[in-house]
Amino acid sequence: MVIMAKKLMKGNEAIAEAAIHAGALSYFCYPITPQTEIAEYLAKRMPEAGGVFLQAESELAAANMVYGAACTGKRVFTTSSSPGISLMMEAMSYIAGTEVPAVFVNIMRCGPGLGGILPAQADYFQATKGGGHGDYHALVLAPSTIQEAADLMMDAFDLADKYRSPVMLVGDGMIGQMMEPVEFKPVKPRVDSSSEWAVTGCKGREPRILTSLFLDPNTLEKVNERLTAKYERMKREETRFEANVPDGECELLLVAYGTMARICKSAMADIAKEGHKLGLFRPITLFPFPEGQLEQAARGAKKILVVEMSAGQMIEDVERIVGKGKDIHFYGRTGGNVPTPDEVMREMRKII
Amino acid sequence: MIFVTTAQAGMTIIFMDKIFTRPESLRDVTTHYCPGCTHGIIHRMVAEVLDELSLREKTIGVAPVGCAVLAYNYFNCDCVEAAHGRAPAMATGIKRSNPGFIVFTYQGDGDLASIGTAEIIHAANRGEKITVVFVNNAIYGMTGGQMAPTTMPCQITTTTPKGRDVKQVGYPMRMSELLSTLETPSFIVRSAVHTTRNMIKTKEYLRKAFTYQKDNTCFSFVEILSVCPTNWGISPIKSAEWLEKTMVPYYPLKVFKTPEK
Repeated sequence: MVIMAKKLMKGNEAIAEAAIHAGALSYFCYPITPQTEIAEYLAKRMPEAGGVFLQAESELAAANMVYGAACTGKRVFTTSSSPGISLMMEAMSYIAGTEVPAVFVNIMRCGPGLGGILPAQADYFQATKGGGHGDYHALVLAPSTIQEAADLMMDAFDLADKYRSPVMLVGDGMIGQMMEPVEFKPVKPRVDSSSEWAVTGCKGREPRILTSLFLDPNTLEKVNERLTAKYERMKREETRFEANVPDGECELLLVAYGTMARICKSAMADIAKEGHKLGLFRPITLFPFPEGQLEQAARGAKKILVVEMSAGQMIEDVERIVGKGKDIHFYGRTGGNVPTPDEVMREMRKII
Repeated sequence: MIFVTTAQAGMTIIFMDKIFTRPESLRDVTTHYCPGCTHGIIHRMVAEVLDELSLREKTIGVAPVGCAVLAYNYFNCDCVEAAHGRAPAMATGIKRSNPGFIVFTYQGDGDLASIGTAEIIHAANRGEKITVVFVNNAIYGMTGGQMAPTTMPCQITTTTPKGRDVKQVGYPMRMSELLSTLETPSFIVRSAVHTTRNMIKTKEYLRKAFTYQKDNTCFSFVEILSVCPTNWGISPIKSAEWLEKTMVPYYPLKVFKTPEK
């Protein structure tokens, strides 16, 4: 039996190594802060692992290289940060439409535009509501620790295979830059259906065409219906969340994801000591959003506070799910400012 | 030509004199191309080369956006359909992850010389072991005849109704010349298909291009001057004349670069 020791790793490096553990040996990238360490790490590590590392001329090209490799059934991924992810949305839409598996990582920075290089969660709309053109979604995973980032990165490839769909891991800049101990979980054997659909040369079979172009409206509608059914299945089978909700009455339920959820936990710990009954709901999948679970968690809550590193994006889903009739509050910082536990506590006190 | 086959019953049947047939790499379907368009000829030549070099079963074709968007319906090999201009990036992803495959892109001048300029230059500069078939007809065909970067000075298109004004939009881009300035070894050639003689030459170049890829030698790029009677608004015969008279002097037909130098 091999015992793997925990290793202190930067989030970006842990994500990179997790991909290699998952057998993802094709990686195409373009440097952008705050995730460039992933590319730097893989520039050394990929050749050791016998994989493909290629620095593309742009995020557009990197993502379209991912699209090409994905069509051949290889486990493939790219990593970027907000402005780069915007450029990658073209390929992601094509990947969703062609129904091939690929993994994207967005270590989010503040925006809009060139914005800044500090952490943010302001790409929630882009990540969860499609981002590119057309009716599609990526499955979106949001870790709140480096260990969880490594675990979810490995799961991302299994999910991409299962749904033949783009999967996106989103972390704010803190997830990329922070260091924590990591242990890589055992690798599940790949459930690989690519022999049924990938382009690999037509030896011994009819040639295959992988395209997202369907000029006949009824044919394309069938594709859209298939994609919709896929997203419905994701909602049934893939929602992940963490809920710490007190039995009975809950004075205040916090809803936050990623690093913000950890900061909320710190803030809650102090206020809970004063005898207040508090709860925390942390979606781990942002799409599919754990709707039923949030609804249930919010049932006994008198008030809700949504905390984000954005001007308020996930709150729209929270309002949609728990109903506008609830007493819902929002606290967020933008510009790369990360709310401190003290700031969140102050906000909680105002509401309680 | 004579070839012999053995039927099930052990009888020997001899077929004679079949001297021309559809290449296996081309599907038996009707294309959507306009009358007089030379895409069909170029498709056939690419398919013949794939057959002659026995590459069909390990080839992935990358179709562009433009008139040849449906090329995947015509080539009888595995194909993918790229986003506009991104065929060289997609081909890079395929080839890098599967060095044993033969990968070619088939792109028009809007796709390759306008929206996909970055992708083609960097694929060439990296020396991707892919083959690019670049069909230059000096116009956007699929969208109905707009100006391309390759449109000739004074040429009338729907977006240059008074003719291309080089003072406003610059001169036509010579992609073969541009790519041949790159230091990375490659095979870069410009050819045409408006005469039989040029067709024969084009086929030779295509064969050379795919052979370089087969031998894992270098990036290969075959620019083919082509006609677009529909959007040029003249007959196929007049189109061939216009190509010869207007395009060839500006776009010289020659080998620009070989890996041997």
